Amino acid sequence: MDKLIEQFSLGLFFWQLILFVALVLLLKKFAWKPILNAVNDREEGILKALDEAENARKEMQNLTADNERILKEARVERDAMLKEAREMKDSMITEAKSEAHAQATKVIDQAKATIESEKHAAITEIKNQVAELSLEIAEKVMRNELSDKNKQIKLVEDMLKEVKL
Amino acid sequence: MYKINLLKTLTFLFFAITISVGATNNTDQTSSAEQESPVKNLKIEIKEYINHHLLDSYDFTFFSYTNDAGEHKYVSAPLPVILIDNGLKIFSSSKFHHGESVAEVDGDYYVVYHNKIYKTDALGTIESDEAHHATNEKPMDFSITKNVVFIIFVGLFMLLIFSRMANSYKNNPMPKGIGRLFEPLILFIRNDIAIPNIGEKHYRKYMSYLLTVFFFIWIINLLGLTPLGVNVTNNIAVTLALALVTYFITTFSGNKNYWKHVFWMPDVPWPMKIILAPIELLGTFIKPFSLMIRLYANITAGHIVMMSIIGLMFVFKNWIGSSLSFGLALALALLELLVAALQAYIFTMLSALYFGSAVEEHDHH
Repeated sequence: MDKLIEQFSLGLFFWQLILFVALVLLLKKFAWKPILNAVNDREEGILKALDEAENARKEMQNLTADNERILKEARVERDAMLKEAREMKDSMITEAKSEAHAQATKVIDQAKATIESEKHAAITEIKNQVAELSLEIAEKVMRNELSDKNKQIKLVEDMLKEVKL
Repeated sequence: MYKINLLKTLTFLFFAITISVGATNNTDQTSSAEQESPVKNLKIEIKEYINHHLLDSYDFTFFSYTNDAGEHKYVSAPLPVILIDNGLKIFSSSKFHHGESVAEVDGDYYVVYHNKIYKTDALGTIESDEAHHATNEKPMDFSITKNVVFIIFVGLFMLLIFSRMANSYKNNPMPKGIGRLFEPLILFIRNDIAIPNIGEKHYRKYMSYLLTVFFFIWIINLLGLTPLGVNVTNNIAVTLALALVTYFITTFSGNKNYWKHVFWMPDVPWPMKIILAPIELLGTFIKPFSLMIRLYANITAGHIVMMSIIGLMFVFKNWIGSSLSFGLALALALLELLVAALQAYIFTMLSALYFGSAVEEHDHH
């Protein structure tokens, strides 16, 4: 220890301290700061690039998923459209059928009604004609018959019998 | 950590040996060295060399040799000596002639004695007390020594490398060239030292210090292992300066919670609070102190052991011993490479841990 203190050189200590502090400051300005900044920037750049790559990958995945989804949707839509068309067709056919049926029924009904009314008219006319004819016949018969009293009575009686029928 | 402990044990053993050997031989080195056997002489020379190598010096010596005429020649570059002694005095260290002569500056005389500059007279007399400590006046010494030059060199080297690395990021997000080596280390300090210890919220403002201290200690330790490099971190003054910076950063960034834990520990009975306060307060000083000693001791130990083993090659002077020493020195050199990085890591790690305790907010125990 004695030897150490004896060997201690104030001058060397002084120079070492001054030079070393100067070296720290100079290196800080000219070397360490630029180097550490460059290294930091590079590391950040690498991290960013990795991040971006990851994002791109995710986006790519999203895009693919989107595409698939859109395709699926399109397919569903197409199916739906086809189904709808089919349904429309069916419904149209059904509607047409029912309408036609209704129309036909109506026509038939009308025809029936016309036939009925025609029939009535015809019957009425026939009745009228029959009545006229009968009256004419009756007139003729009457003229013929009324010439004889007995015959008249008999006729009235017959007629009365007939009426009962 | 086991290896470090082993190294420490080795070092302490070695210290014990050198000190005991030194104590017996210190008094009359020159006279006894001439009389003793050449092996003894060599041992002393190695010890002197190691001691000398570990110390700072006023000139940048590349190597030294002894020429044919027996003169000791140095191949070195002189460095400026800066003294504050009745005003600022700046002169070249070549005036000392490697500590062999007295330097005269503006009428004052200075001499290097045991690696320190003392004020003296024209003849260079050194007065000493009983304990062989020089009692001459010591001027304030702010010299640009070998270590200071090396610190400046490493600082410039780091500035160059890392500012170039920072520039390469301007037009390219990926590291280029040397950045490929350093970026993982920077990220390691950020992700495994700063963030876990300080927390995601506060770590940014400490990054500059942690990165600088890590690379400074690591690079200077590694260069200290090279043949022409200077071992700087084995100076207690250097490690003290580093530890002091950690201490001040910790102290000034300490929040309410930190000081509360130091002076008035929550959730313990009040007598304990009174007992704990001085202990905790002392702890705040001991932490950086341990940083200082750890770095200093590990690096010094490594160098002493390594040079001793290299010295053993010359002591043995035979095939088996010298080659064994060589193998051992090689293994130790590899271990020292690890220690260089490990010490930088430990210093940074513990600094981050102390900063983390200073800014910790939540109250859990």
